[in-house]
Amino acid sequence: MTIVESDGIDLARAERKPRRPFRNISAKIASLPMVLTALVVFVGCTVWTVIYSFTDSKLLPRLSWEGLGQYERLWGTRRWLVSLENLAIYGICSMVLILLIGFTLAALLDRKIRFEGAFRTVFLYPFALSFIVTGLAWQWILNPDFGIQASIRAMGWESFVFDPLNSPDLVIFGILIAGIWQGSGLIMVIMLAGLRGIDEDIWKAARVDGIGTVKTYVKVIIPMMRPVFVTALVLIAAGIIKVYDLVVAQTAGGPGISSQMPALYVMDAMFKNQNLAQGFAASTMMLVSVLIVLIPWAYLEFAGKKRG
Amino acid sequence: MKLTPSLLALTAALGATAATAGELEVTHWWTSGGEAAAVKTLAEAYEAKTGNGWVDGAIAGSGGTARPIIISRILGGDPMGATQMTHGRQAEELIEAGMMLDITDVAEANGWTDVINPPALLEGCTVDGRIYCAPLNIHSAQWLWLSHKAFEDAGVAVPTNWSEFVAAAPALKEAGKQPLALGQQPWQSNLAFGTISLAVAGLDAWKAVNIDKNAEVAAGPDYAAAFEAVANAREMAAGSNVQDWNQATNMVITDAAGGQIMGDWAQGEFAMAGEVAGEDYSCLPGLGVNAVLDTGGDAIYFPVNDDPEVTAMQKELAEVLLSPEVQVAFNLAKGSLPVRGDIDMSTANACMQKGLEILAGGADGILPSGDMSLTADTTGQVEDLMAEFWADSSMSAADAQARFAEIIADAD
Repeated sequence: MTIVESDGIDLARAERKPRRPFRNISAKIASLPMVLTALVVFVGCTVWTVIYSFTDSKLLPRLSWEGLGQYERLWGTRRWLVSLENLAIYGICSMVLILLIGFTLAALLDRKIRFEGAFRTVFLYPFALSFIVTGLAWQWILNPDFGIQASIRAMGWESFVFDPLNSPDLVIFGILIAGIWQGSGLIMVIMLAGLRGIDEDIWKAARVDGIGTVKTYVKVIIPMMRPVFVTALVLIAAGIIKVYDLVVAQTAGGPGISSQMPALYVMDAMFKNQNLAQGFAASTMMLVSVLIVLIPWAYLEFAGKKRG
Repeated sequence: MKLTPSLLALTAALGATAATAGELEVTHWWTSGGEAAAVKTLAEAYEAKTGNGWVDGAIAGSGGTARPIIISRILGGDPMGATQMTHGRQAEELIEAGMMLDITDVAEANGWTDVINPPALLEGCTVDGRIYCAPLNIHSAQWLWLSHKAFEDAGVAVPTNWSEFVAAAPALKEAGKQPLALGQQPWQSNLAFGTISLAVAGLDAWKAVNIDKNAEVAAGPDYAAAFEAVANAREMAAGSNVQDWNQATNMVITDAAGGQIMGDWAQGEFAMAGEVAGEDYSCLPGLGVNAVLDTGGDAIYFPVNDDPEVTAMQKELAEVLLSPEVQVAFNLAKGSLPVRGDIDMSTANACMQKGLEILAGGADGILPSGDMSLTADTTGQVEDLMAEFWADSSMSAADAQARFAEIIADAD
């Protein structure tokens, strides 16, 4: 009896199971290259990089172990510490400011103003430019001899000084201006789409209850736009990681080392200084720092879903 | 119908290449005006002498851009026929991995050891007694370029050495001139530091640090004086916010700056602007203190190839590069010094003659270049330190020196 029963269950399972791997077979075959790419390129190469960061590879990768030597040198290097500090300043400031500016612009456009289309286009245009072009354009705008400083002095204010790119303390904010100028247009459009998705009745209800416009935005509309904010955050975060080319075009890490970024350190260590292992160690630390931010966030996000 | 002529031309071109013995691809990063003209002399001489074709593989951008491309092609199993590299330690690992052709037989047949001056150039190509590259020219970094007009405007005589230049700086500043022009790129800060330290700390201390990697000397009093001098020069360079070296050279050419510390390649810029050495500008090798030049420069390497025909062509090219005619034509076009001491360079200008004199003077005036004695890794660390030191006026000379000594202690 038991045998029959278990056979029966097995049969029932077998009837359901074999179909699974072959269901949508063409779709699965089609996605195979991407799965392989993800496994080999992303996971495989990441593991390879981490392993070789414990060696003393110079121009060519070789497996001669050096333990944590590369990491000790990395954390004793001033340029690396300056890079991390810059990335933190740039990251936090651009995250907060782009969200704030993007949302404010979207909210203003959403007040049914005239020429909305024209404004939207103007604000979105910078996003069509690459970071290299953005960097060069702002390098000229901030250049004391041709840009803002020169034009204000030409208007009569002779002692006006605005030269962030040549001042070690301010240079990171010069880059930040360019980053915000480039990034906030896209966030504005996304926010605007989110605002348009809010039911008109919500506004009517708020008006009936006598709640002010600003308070409605803060207490009602923004909490309703949570998915839009998550999308915006992911896009801004990607922009922060991509800041490499902006810095290369605008300051090349200068003056001195005061606008260095971790990605520049990795590139220079690997290709200019012919010290692969040092570059690997630095990129491993970049991965670790991304994980430190990502894991608690993912934990909160998914734990929240389960409870909900 | 319009297609026919171009098709014909194409077949003709194909036929032409098939008719020659073979083709050799040569990669390099000589892309500025004078440099391209110099490469052309090489290509013409090679084609005329051997009947082989020269395929030009110019890579735009400086060595920093081109080198990774060249190295990854060699590593990736797609070697070019020959390639420019800076001789010294940059190709060391490739040679050790057996990826570069041994051309000792060519060198011996042509007596390179006897004609190449200074001999250190050939040593830069030698690993374990075998020769792996053909030195092509000499570039030295230790030059101070001065604008006569700038000093005239400031009412002081044109300096003849570094201390006179430092003394003239306040007068230049008062006249609204930038005393010292300096580009913001790290390698330029490092070049200026290397040149000043050679002049101030002296030859023996420089050799102890750069060749023997003696960290005690790097932390010692001679180098302390050098770091003080750099801190002083930092004040003179404050406000010089250009990036590229030729923009800084242009400040000297237009008399907006008193002087610039830059290698002899700056000469090409003065020549292109129509300035005359000795009248519009002057040059002080070794900052006018120690008439000493380092002997960096370019060399041609030959990646190992499976095809014996290509190997034969590579060896023919090596022979051509060192022939007297090619050395004269190439170096006059490029403004660099020849690697042979036995050829006639009388058509060179006043500044080049100064350099030739020092070379002819023998071993006392000649140093190996930084590329030969320090690894790219160590050079990169020093560049980072110098970039910070020149840009940050709050960093004291003693701090910079302490960190420099640490880097030298870790250098291999």
